Amino acid sequence: MKGAHDLGGKSGFGPINPEQDEPVFHHDWEKRAFALTLAAGFLGKWNLDMSRYARERMDDDSYLASSYYEKWIHGLQTLLVEKGILTQEEIEQRMRQIASDGKLD
Amino acid sequence: MSEHKHAHPPKQEEIRVKALESLLVEKGLVDPLALDKLVDVYEHRVGPQNGAKVVARAWCDPAYQARLLEDATAAIAEFGFEGRQGEDMIALENTPSVHNMVVCTLCSCYPWPVLGLPPVWYKSPPYRARAVSEPRSVLEEFGVKLEKHVEVRVWDSTAEVRYLVIPMRPEGTEHLSEVQLAGLVTRDSMIGTGIVKPPESAQ
Repeated sequence: MKGAHDLGGKSGFGPINPEQDEPVFHHDWEKRAFALTLAAGFLGKWNLDMSRYARERMDDDSYLASSYYEKWIHGLQTLLVEKGILTQEEIEQRMRQIASDGKLD
Repeated sequence: MSEHKHAHPPKQEEIRVKALESLLVEKGLVDPLALDKLVDVYEHRVGPQNGAKVVARAWCDPAYQARLLEDATAAIAEFGFEGRQGEDMIALENTPSVHNMVVCTLCSCYPWPVLGLPPVWYKSPPYRARAVSEPRSVLEEFGVKLEKHVEVRVWDSTAEVRYLVIPMRPEGTEHLSEVQLAGLVTRDSMIGTGIVKPPESAQ
């Protein structure tokens, strides 16, 4: 399956710029995205390959523009909805509610 | 100094994470304390310090090194490092004539039990694209300049098979203990984008 994720040998991405003394996570939300993805995986509704495929199905521009954990949380949402665990509507409603409350913690 | 595009948290994603977590917790499908524990494990307990112990033992104990090259998964499990994203490990030995480096061109496959979670550059398009087509210039960006006669082997990880590079032991370290040697082994040297320096220059 070809897609933006199939990056081997592609050109035009520029230098690698490794970060010195990089922390494991850069933001608290990345920690939650990581742990939530693992914990939801324990529900046993999908496997690792399905998780990857959920991320790879992002459109090419979004895939390349998204950070690692943005892809993870996008993929997780896709799987949760596809498996009927959450609905798109309840997710969007909850997001609106959190945004209007202005409270993330 | 490198700049990172997510220096400012993407608010939308932050909200999305919170929304998914709160919904799953309400439905009793995930336990917030279990999430805290997972974060703690991968932030503090699992990391390249694990792989460094494996490498140092391989340097000090030829019988261990032989087991590691024969069946890396089992040899690594002797330390208790096993499980998620390390179920099928292969150890790659660097020599004066062969330098191994590891990439995952398709995503971010990485040997979690021995190296922890991958750094951003490992997961990013420039490294994934270029490691296979121009490994020497990639290595130079990491400050590794190999002599011409050294063969570079690039290994593309998969969802199943993960690699650990056994870097060359630096000269002048014969007097060091296994624990001291482990302190010299860097994450990048076990990905193959670094070499292990002797103690004087490691400062």
